[in-house]
Amino acid sequence: MSTTPVYFAGIDIGSTASKTVVLKDGKIEDYFVLPTGWNGRETANAILEQLKTRGYADAMRCVATGYGRICVDYADKIVTEITCHGKGGWAIFKKNMTIIDVGGQDTKMIKVIDGQVADFLMNDKCAAGTGKFIEVMATRLGADLNEMYEMAAHGQPLAISAMCTVFAESEVISHIGSGEKREDIAAGVIHSVASRVANLAARFGLEENIVLTGGLCESPYFIQTLSDKIGHPVETDAFARYAGALGAALTAAKRRDLE
Amino acid sequence: MLNLPANFETYAEARKAGFMKMKEIKDNGGRIVGVYCSFVPQELLMAAGAAAAPLCASSDEPIPAAETKLPRNLCPLIKASYGFALTDTCPYFYFSDFIVGETTCDGKRKMFELMNELKETYVMQLPHSRDEAALRSWTGEVIRLKEKLEDFYHITITEDQIRDAIRLKNHERRAMLGFLELGKLNPAPISGYEMGTRLDGLGFNFDLEERIAIIEERTKEVLADWEANYKGKENSRPRLLITGCPNSGVRDKIIKTVEELGADVVAFDCCNGTREKVEPVDENMPIYDALAKKYLNINCSVMSPNNSRMQYIDEMIDEYQVDGVIEIILQACHTYNIESHYVKQTVTNKGKSYLMIETDYSQADKGQILTRLEAFLETLEK
Repeated sequence: MSTTPVYFAGIDIGSTASKTVVLKDGKIEDYFVLPTGWNGRETANAILEQLKTRGYADAMRCVATGYGRICVDYADKIVTEITCHGKGGWAIFKKNMTIIDVGGQDTKMIKVIDGQVADFLMNDKCAAGTGKFIEVMATRLGADLNEMYEMAAHGQPLAISAMCTVFAESEVISHIGSGEKREDIAAGVIHSVASRVANLAARFGLEENIVLTGGLCESPYFIQTLSDKIGHPVETDAFARYAGALGAALTAAKRRDLE
Repeated sequence: MLNLPANFETYAEARKAGFMKMKEIKDNGGRIVGVYCSFVPQELLMAAGAAAAPLCASSDEPIPAAETKLPRNLCPLIKASYGFALTDTCPYFYFSDFIVGETTCDGKRKMFELMNELKETYVMQLPHSRDEAALRSWTGEVIRLKEKLEDFYHITITEDQIRDAIRLKNHERRAMLGFLELGKLNPAPISGYEMGTRLDGLGFNFDLEERIAIIEERTKEVLADWEANYKGKENSRPRLLITGCPNSGVRDKIIKTVEELGADVVAFDCCNGTREKVEPVDENMPIYDALAKKYLNINCSVMSPNNSRMQYIDEMIDEYQVDGVIEIILQACHTYNIESHYVKQTVTNKGKSYLMIETDYSQADKGQILTRLEAFLETLEK
């Protein structure tokens, strides 16, 4: 882009959803989310189309992050989701904290001290304890994610003890087969993920402030369950889903905080 | 700093060149003993006139074969060692007269029983602590290995032969250490990828005098290049220390990748690094006591407690001006995995960053490792 950038875009291509945040003069000008689909490059192009339509693309500096960050070939810089979640989390919550990001592909714990990532831990070898687990089970129960959270909130959690998503799916199928209520199965699934995340958090060691970012922060039932399992309140924010994209946009603008 | 010299010999090339040398030794009626681990006192093999063949253990090719007999959830190094032997695809194993194993972990200890069915595998019983009783028992094991070599080859090993071997091996240790200590220079004069590859590759050269000459020559060359081209220059690349399990099987996946991402790997606290090189064999002590003392002091995580490793890492961070530490844990290596708790403590207490990567020899986690390494370097960019 030849003109001086006025707009600073952060693009977070997650495994399930792709989030974009645009900053202008240190304030959030715009944000939107698109499903990632199977082709990261097509998603990146769809985002670029949006940025053009909304009139940002001609005077824009752009940073890409997330699992599909290398697909954004028009990005000026690529930064990992760890750093971006740390920066975005700092701008939203403005305090030292441990960020828990339950993503569609992995679960991350990020310790943020004075606006910088001090330490991080990733569970990325196994779907248990990630959003993927909930997605797989929701499909099995014939529900979308929002229906899944809704059902879970009205259920009594059934025990799902298998550690592996593939085996846990069989366990869920046998629950279905024995006529258990969908609500109870859904609650069991959410509890299972919350337990795994709480274990990972205990291993990582937590700061006094614990915040949740990523797609699951839109489920109050999950946040409550996770708080109970950790034994400490977990905060979130309506904008927390966009923390990674916001961190990328702040990086593009070379800023630490919003105005 | 990933400029490899034009005549750089890859690990695979060095390993292949070693095959021919080994065949030559064998054709001329020479003796060859296969070894896996730095705890085996090579001075005794040298005194017996035997070459120490570094057995293959760092590729995932033979792992499916190994898993027909061994559990899947086992260290890849152990599975590869056994898999190469089982599929008869390691020429070093093939040419070895017998194998010397050691009890550095439970997995190896039991695997050697299975390996013994393929070729005679003699196991040194390594104690897992460093007190008086342990030292006495290990001294006995050192003498027992000497006797084993005498029995096997129908020879007598003299004290003079052992003393000569100690002197030569100490010289070689010094030369290797001198090469690895190039990493103390700032900016880094040589890539960590090259250092590690060369060191492992030289293990396939069975002429120690030649080994010493090659590494001393390369050290001189690198130093001259540094004086001329790098000395006094600004350097913004973070300097990393690699610690943990042997890394030959994951060197490309981790060390090469992190250097390509913009860091310099300058220090190695591992079996294929300075760990075995820092302490020479005392040339003035009675020979078996001297050998036992030196080898028992290797900072392997099988030792409990293993405080000397923490102290060594602490010193290395200062001496090599390290910004961050990456610990490589091979999957299912319980001792290093558990000990990583203390390593992290040691590193973070010094205000440095620490990253632990648990992995195996497969390429399955290449993408995830890339993300972690990138994120780790971003945290160092303060």
